[in-house]
Amino acid sequence: MKVNGSAAVYRFVVKPNTANDPRSLGYLADAHSLSLNQITQIRCHDLYFVRGGLDEPEAEKLAAQLLHDPVTQVIEIDLLEIPLTDHNPNQKEHPATRTIEVALRPGVTDPVAEQIVRAAHLLGISSLESACTGLRFIINGDGLTDDLLHLAAKRLLSNSVIQTYALGEITPSFSTAAQSHDLVESILLRGLDDTGLLAVSSSRRAALNLAEMHAIQDYCERENRDLTDIEFEMLAQTWSEHCVHKTFKSQVSVKRDKSDSRSFPTQYSHLFNQTIRAATKQVNADWVLSAFTENAGIVEFDGIHELSFKVETHNHPSAIEPFGGANTGIGGVIRDVIGVSAKPIASTDILCFGPADLPLSEVPEGVLHPRRIASGVVAGIQDYGNKMGIPTVNGAIWYDPGYVANPLVFCGSVGLAPKGSNPHATTPGDHIIVLGGRTGRDGLRGATFSSMTMDAQTGEVSGASVQIGAPVVEKGLVDVLMLARDSELYNSITDCGAGGLSSAVGEMASECGGDVQLKKVLLKYPGLAPWEIWLSEAQERMVIAVPKKNLEALSALCIQYEVEMTDIGNFTGTGRMRVFHGATLVLDLDNEFLHHGIPQRHYSARINKPRFETGQTISIDDQTNSDFQNTLLKLLSHPNIASKERTIRDYDHEVQGGTVVKPLCGLRHDGPSDGSVIKPLASMTNHAFVLSNGLNPEYGKIDPYQMTWLTIDEAFRNAVACGADPSRIAILDNFCWGDPTRPEIMGDLVQSAQACLEAAVHYEAPFISGKDSFNNEYLGSDGKLHAIPPTLLISALGVMPDWQQSLTMDFKHDGSLIYLIGDFAPAFGGSHFNLVHPTQAIDEGLPVCSKANPRFYLAFYKAVQEKLVAACHDLSEGGLAVAAAEMCLAGRLGAQLHLRNNEVPIRALFGETSGCFLVEVTAESQFEFEDLMSNYAIRLIGKVENHQNLQINHAKYPILNVPIADMLSAWKDRKIAGGLA
Amino acid sequence: MKPNALILFTPGTNRDGDVAQALTLAGADSQITPLTTLRKDKTDWSAFQMLVLPGGFSYADALGAGKLFALDLSHYFLDQVQAFVAAGKPVIGICNGFQVLVKAGILPGNKALTETRTATLTHNQGNHFECRWVSLKPVSQNCLWTKGLSDIIDCPVAHGEGNFQVSESVVAKNLSVNDQLALVYVHPDGKPASGLYPVNPNGSVMDIAGICNPQGNVLGLMPHPEDHVFPFQSPDRIHRPDATGLPLFLNGVRYASES
Repeated sequence: MKVNGSAAVYRFVVKPNTANDPRSLGYLADAHSLSLNQITQIRCHDLYFVRGGLDEPEAEKLAAQLLHDPVTQVIEIDLLEIPLTDHNPNQKEHPATRTIEVALRPGVTDPVAEQIVRAAHLLGISSLESACTGLRFIINGDGLTDDLLHLAAKRLLSNSVIQTYALGEITPSFSTAAQSHDLVESILLRGLDDTGLLAVSSSRRAALNLAEMHAIQDYCERENRDLTDIEFEMLAQTWSEHCVHKTFKSQVSVKRDKSDSRSFPTQYSHLFNQTIRAATKQVNADWVLSAFTENAGIVEFDGIHELSFKVETHNHPSAIEPFGGANTGIGGVIRDVIGVSAKPIASTDILCFGPADLPLSEVPEGVLHPRRIASGVVAGIQDYGNKMGIPTVNGAIWYDPGYVANPLVFCGSVGLAPKGSNPHATTPGDHIIVLGGRTGRDGLRGATFSSMTMDAQTGEVSGASVQIGAPVVEKGLVDVLMLARDSELYNSITDCGAGGLSSAVGEMASECGGDVQLKKVLLKYPGLAPWEIWLSEAQERMVIAVPKKNLEALSALCIQYEVEMTDIGNFTGTGRMRVFHGATLVLDLDNEFLHHGIPQRHYSARINKPRFETGQTISIDDQTNSDFQNTLLKLLSHPNIASKERTIRDYDHEVQGGTVVKPLCGLRHDGPSDGSVIKPLASMTNHAFVLSNGLNPEYGKIDPYQMTWLTIDEAFRNAVACGADPSRIAILDNFCWGDPTRPEIMGDLVQSAQACLEAAVHYEAPFISGKDSFNNEYLGSDGKLHAIPPTLLISALGVMPDWQQSLTMDFKHDGSLIYLIGDFAPAFGGSHFNLVHPTQAIDEGLPVCSKANPRFYLAFYKAVQEKLVAACHDLSEGGLAVAAAEMCLAGRLGAQLHLRNNEVPIRALFGETSGCFLVEVTAESQFEFEDLMSNYAIRLIGKVENHQNLQINHAKYPILNVPIADMLSAWKDRKIAGGLA
Repeated sequence: MKPNALILFTPGTNRDGDVAQALTLAGADSQITPLTTLRKDKTDWSAFQMLVLPGGFSYADALGAGKLFALDLSHYFLDQVQAFVAAGKPVIGICNGFQVLVKAGILPGNKALTETRTATLTHNQGNHFECRWVSLKPVSQNCLWTKGLSDIIDCPVAHGEGNFQVSESVVAKNLSVNDQLALVYVHPDGKPASGLYPVNPNGSVMDIAGICNPQGNVLGLMPHPEDHVFPFQSPDRIHRPDATGLPLFLNGVRYASES
């Protein structure tokens, strides 16, 4: 990029003054984990470039007072020659020491650069015009070829989606003053045949099918004109899967095997209304304040406040730029909660990755290594949640080869607001106010991008779909909007998510109409076309409808909290959405067509009979795998079960001061909680809420219908295990599925949706919100379609009247009694036993889901209210043995358990079941507890003992005896005593 | 008189509400005020009896945690801050607030503000953010916030740049000699952490969790005692009910109301 001739450009290199620099050591460790073993040392330095009329003393002042820390760093300054060029000094002379430099691509958000400009002006260096940042890596090693350096740069040190790199010194690129250009293209649809229509859809990456293109063509005929590009793009976005959920709203014809004994409707006229939404209607809970109508579901909390909850996915962006994808995923869902006028008070994150130990050679072309995806995603969540000051309190991480090319990132946000504080009264004449970040080319066509299958080029062509967040800008939105809400300054509110202003303003204006002037929208950098401004998915923006009389008060708040506010137009009563660029009318669409003109899709579903029926078990030889101890340790060290402590501690789960049950619990704060309990400081009552989740794609592979029942049971039972009132649990669905045009994929979806209806009604747990993500498939360079397992996340939000009812899962008292309660029916279908013993897998159906479970949970809740339960943990992956082991290791207390003589040990130990808890009850509570639970399956199975072993007996003989230390090292460090892993 | 605390707020401040709650419990009023408002209204800081720099990520930690907030302080409010400190009024900087006090040269405070800094808070030795409960031992009898406290304080840390380091070892030694070591990381039973992770969660020299200025009125600390003022906040509320952070705030408030 060219630099103005008059301006000097200074380059600053900031180096740590210790060899023991943690960041550099971290890069080296990552290099070695990617088998880049020729590299023996990496030194990481920060680069800053500034441009302007600075003289040398000013550059030195900047270096001394702003750009480095004199205690831990040293700084070097260079005045660069103009014009700037890549510089490649000494590379050949010192082959053992090479340099790679990395900088952000032009247009990628660089908040540090913005702060350098602001701070330099504070320091009196007013001639500084712009800045940019980068990283320098000095690499030492043997045989550092250019090929190896390129590999390290691409695989580890940079991501071409947002960064460029150079071997040697990099050329900085500066952004300049922002203006839009006024190019508007015409899209000719009238007269096109089917092939022509589909070609337009595909060339503009609109993801519209033929019926939808016909509807648009008909509209052009009716209005007797062609569409502008901005009109076409708005339609594509408004009609995208992401925005209108056309798969779930479709008509579905269902075919199934005649031999399948299960029954399903043969036809759905509207899948969503007849399953998920029907469940909420049938449950008809009076504490549900809003379901499926707003950005987030809302439930009653403590009589004064309401809780809102939304969970989103951000899968495709996270696949190609993990940090930015997860970063903006959490940022987006937080805006959903702000969009119901609530203060975000807790976050959840459920992540699905490919195996961390996948050899580099098995990673498909165009795909990042699962380790890199995982560390980037976690860093992105950490960055956003921590900086916004929202505790990240619940989550899960699941590993499966099916997620190598298509990781899943589920981000959830819970909000708190005084009841009924979200206004819905957009009035003609209200000003359309945009708050927050500026608009750039970032995220263009994100809504349609997420509605398509990824291919090896996706990273390149959809680079613009990925954004880096600016959490502190979003924090400013919360600061301003909570005060604006309390002062009733706005009449309605929506977040800018997928589809940007087009979606947000379009939605708010859908009842009345609106006029927008694009020239008023503040831009990040020059050259945006009108359609790009309208569709941009730049982050951290909210749109509110503000009556004229309140503009001044709002503006004062924005100045106070340093939030940018732009008035881009007015809501009208015309029933049309109109957009101007200067004097030119560039968009003029009928609301009725825009929001209701999309033809309903028709899908065919094919339901295949599962290989094994639910509950179908085989008889197991007693001698099968008798090394129970090793099996237990293997299960504890399985990545899905092993401790997630390193990730959990990256997230601030304490900020806002309300976290009662933390994600880690027990004597040393390292046991795995079943969920988290939050008592918001803002509530003057003792009310608290529980967040928990259920997810098991291993079950999904076998039988999506039964998986759904089991997943709902798991989310529900995790909430109950933490002390939630079973009659106050709301749930959310998040489907991540393959391509719905394939009948077997649609068949899996129908089964799951039908089970959602049945189970939610049975548990009286209303769905209050949900989201679906389709086309989670990946066309590899090998030409094969890689699909993910059918993955359903159920998130639960439960309420309890008193935080003192909350439970943790660690054993607490020597001598306490241990009960196994619930309908214990262990089976091996989809079990983790089968995953750790693939050669000895026991092929069976999925566990049954006892119809008695909801009643049993209510009875158990009475015991919780009576404070009869000292600890409670649910049986899930790995079965009874893993649950008992986790309770021992969390409490650092031993236990002795007795299986029944007629039980097959391996099944009782490691089979998986729904609807069961292991609970600790002190001796003095024994009779009261047994009395309360007398109508349900409970059995006194053992005792907590003051030693450091878990011993399990069968027919009076010990069959398993494992020291807590061994279980801890398997579970926390994934090391198995004797090296049998 | 019930003291009134000025809680400073910048873009990215996020534990302002938590500390306001702790001050309320300790018997003080407080006012969370953005720096923009202080500038616009030309607020007279001497009307306040306490000054609080709360936790968060001011300016997103750009250019080093606390750096830009510190620059704001020294650029716009130098006289006000210096007067507040010199008057001996209680000042507390928690987490990001501690980083600000150090980067502004107010802590350790043994030298004039214009001289080169000798101490800093840098990236945790483990190279990652760390959220966990720690145990703190109040040490300094010179610091008005920790004076007379004998119980261990349990509270969370939540930071990525809390590693207290000095330019020369003599600086650390002097902190000890001057009784400026306000709080150190210890095992739950009070035994020294001796640098052992995770008892010392970030690698700070001499297990330093918090320090005060030579006068003893300005305390900076990385952990969050404001997030342990109610029983429900502590994971160990049953067997360690007395380990709350409230006594620290009670000390500050008592001092502010007496003087």
